[in-house]
Amino acid sequence: MSALTITYAVLFYVATAVLVGGVAYKVYVYASTPAPLKIPTTPAPTTRLGVAGRMLREVTVFESLFKSNKWIWLFGILFHFALLLVLLQHLRYFTQPVWGWVVLEQPFGIYAGFIMVAGLLGLWARRFLVDRVRYISSLSDHLMLALLVAIAFSGLAMKFVIHTDIISLKQFFLGLLAFQLQPLPADPILLVHLALVATLMIVFPMSKLLHAPGVFFSPTRNQVDNPREHRHVAGWSASINNPGGR
Amino acid sequence: MANFETPALREYPIIPLIQAETMAHSKPYVAKPEHQKPLGFPGTLVDNWESVAVKKLGELVEESRALRVFLDTCVKCGSCTDKCHYYLGTSDPKNMPVARQDLLRSVYRRYYTLSGKLFPKLVGARDMTKDVLDEWYSYFHQCSQCRRCSVFCPYGIDTAEVSMAARDIMDAVGLGQKYSNEIIAKVHTIGNNLGLPQPALRNTLDGLEEDVKDETGVDVKFPLDEKGAEVLLITPSADFFAEPHIDGLIGYAKVFHQAGISWTMSSHASEAANFSMFIGSHENLHKVAIRIREAALDLGVKRIVVGECGHAWRVAYAFWNTLIGPFDFLDRNYPIPQHICEFTYDLIQRGALTLDKSANDDKIVTYHDSCNVARATRMGSMPGGQFVIPRAVIKAVVNKFHDMEPGSIHESTFCCGGGGGLLTDDLMEIRVKGAQPRMQALKHVVDDHGVNYLAAICAICKTQFAKVLPYYQYPMDMIGSVHGLVSKAIQLGTKE
Ligand code: HEM
Ligand code: SF4
Ligand code: SF4
Repeated sequence: MSALTITYAVLFYVATAVLVGGVAYKVYVYASTPAPLKIPTTPAPTTRLGVAGRMLREVTVFESLFKSNKWIWLFGILFHFALLLVLLQHLRYFTQPVWGWVVLEQPFGIYAGFIMVAGLLGLWARRFLVDRVRYISSLSDHLMLALLVAIAFSGLAMKFVIHTDIISLKQFFLGLLAFQLQPLPADPILLVHLALVATLMIVFPMSKLLHAPGVFFSPTRNQVDNPREHRHVAGWSASINNPGGR
Repeated sequence: MANFETPALREYPIIPLIQAETMAHSKPYVAKPEHQKPLGFPGTLVDNWESVAVKKLGELVEESRALRVFLDTCVKCGSCTDKCHYYLGTSDPKNMPVARQDLLRSVYRRYYTLSGKLFPKLVGARDMTKDVLDEWYSYFHQCSQCRRCSVFCPYGIDTAEVSMAARDIMDAVGLGQKYSNEIIAKVHTIGNNLGLPQPALRNTLDGLEEDVKDETGVDVKFPLDEKGAEVLLITPSADFFAEPHIDGLIGYAKVFHQAGISWTMSSHASEAANFSMFIGSHENLHKVAIRIREAALDLGVKRIVVGECGHAWRVAYAFWNTLIGPFDFLDRNYPIPQHICEFTYDLIQRGALTLDKSANDDKIVTYHDSCNVARATRMGSMPGGQFVIPRAVIKAVVNKFHDMEPGSIHESTFCCGGGGGLLTDDLMEIRVKGAQPRMQALKHVVDDHGVNYLAAICAICKTQFAKVLPYYQYPMDMIGSVHGLVSKAIQLGTKE
């Protein structure tokens, strides 16, 4: 096996481990950190079901963002939904036979790449054009967008400009899944694309990309508004012991 | 009037361009040792404050999921940047909610995240230096913890939580804010923010009884420490003598009187306010709140009703059950605690009050949703009842009511500019400038509908407006209590 194949195989095992382990660790930390007081941003749902609905709206249609700023919302929705389609489309490289619905999704997935780039460039433009957003952007915010744009461009380049050996690539990934090494095509654009994706996977659990798991743990969004009806205690508030009463 | 310019009120709201450091000079007086010690904080800046601060930050993150998630998840999308009234009124970029959070997030990243430890420059991580501490002191005292930013953040990041944590850290290193800490110390020692002892309180209430007798010819009682009363009223101490708060207290008393429900106030718990929330100290939060449980048990009441106060209602509604519950000794047929507006609204629904709206015909009223009521609590059983019920009470007692524009009421309400422990003269500039968005919305209903009365249900809002309205060329007595309106409309002697 070539050094290249081995390097990339190791890279993807490491990246996957960091991504899965890192996110799992963060989720564990979020879940095990107590929320001692009730702090939902009201008006808030008064039932668990209602909260599930609020959360669903936040992660599917970005409800709060919509109320706030239509431009960010538009670019954000374009980017995220396109990203979702692209990710789903990539399942075809990891499944044999390819699942039926992934095949059906294919026609959308192909163009989603362009939409993703459009959304990302819109968001990036704001970081230069809107003085307030320019002020709050740090280097890492720009680099994150650069990384995603570069991933998208290199991916689109392989699809529409210089095709790569998809069959061998799929063999490589199916091999990784089965813990067997298969040769990776030594195609420069592909290598760049894969390296960038691995980078994204590695930075995910130590960057602002934690917003994806984090949003589900945000107390202002996931708490039920029922403090009078149910006594809520957690963490330091669980050790309160008031005298008197019955 | 002062050495700063009152912002202009415009036809349409505009988002100002940033102007760096315009408010960097704003700093409240530092707490003296005598204000710090009773709260359990070091009297002056401790020697090893850097390490104490960093350690405290770590502890706070450990014990608060909110803080942890908020510090991690911000994507710098910018959605909150134009939502803070202090940014809109000052153009200082550090008053943009995300930038305010970043003052603390940068330190968190430096000491508690891998990326911040390895690549501080890249992710905007900073060492805990004196400059950083000074900046915290300035800008975390330019946040009224109003939660408007939290409404508009895709992850609900609440800058109020961040500024509470920052103040908690500053207190832990001995750099407290005089205004809040002095007041909390007073509650610990005397029982209320004003330092009003029992005899003075009784005296004030006697005076009110006489005033109401003169005005109406009816003996309306203002009971204090009466055992066996049905209801314990917990109200901000400003209601005892500040204008226009006092009209609200008179209104509550008249409502209790006409409803024929026995009630009492307590000299042990003569304060609804709990400034410990502003400084993020849960020990003090509990210590201030527990007086209310003690008073309720001691007086043997069945219900607790809370007077007009925004942050106090938050503490009561959202935190009391946690802090000073369980309330198994109170009557479960009523909300515990119940807001005075809920109380009055129920009586109106039942036809228990005789109200003559025309008594308020000299007023054209609008209503200011107080931040804490609007974005941190509820009234009634429906989400949003906190918007409906006070308005329903107002509409039952006045003929002429006009709401301000949609982006400035309900959950989008603009803070009065003086909440969160900023209601002190040493912060006058930020208070006036932060009131600009509210004043602008007010101007529109004044111009379009001739509004001449701004009703509110928060002691801080009332004091703040009385102070800042004149800066915007409006009369200070334009601000009033919702129950001040009730007080005017209620026809005593008709239901006895
Ligand atoms: C539960 C899933 C997710 C939700 C609800 C979510 C939501 C959001 C929202 C509301 C924003 C702010 C608006 C915007 O700037 O687009 C945002 C920003 C962002 N998201 Fe997500 N996201 C999710 C998953 C992901 C994933 C998996 C990625 C992975 C690469 C990602 C990458 C980004 C980036 C890079 C930004 C910042 C864009 C900028 O710099 O302006 N998100 N996300
Ligand atoms: S809580 Fe209110 S005052 Fe504080 S940053 Fe947010 S909007 Fe501004
Ligand atoms: S809206 Fe929320 S995620 Fe966006 S910049 Fe503000 S705090 Fe960060």
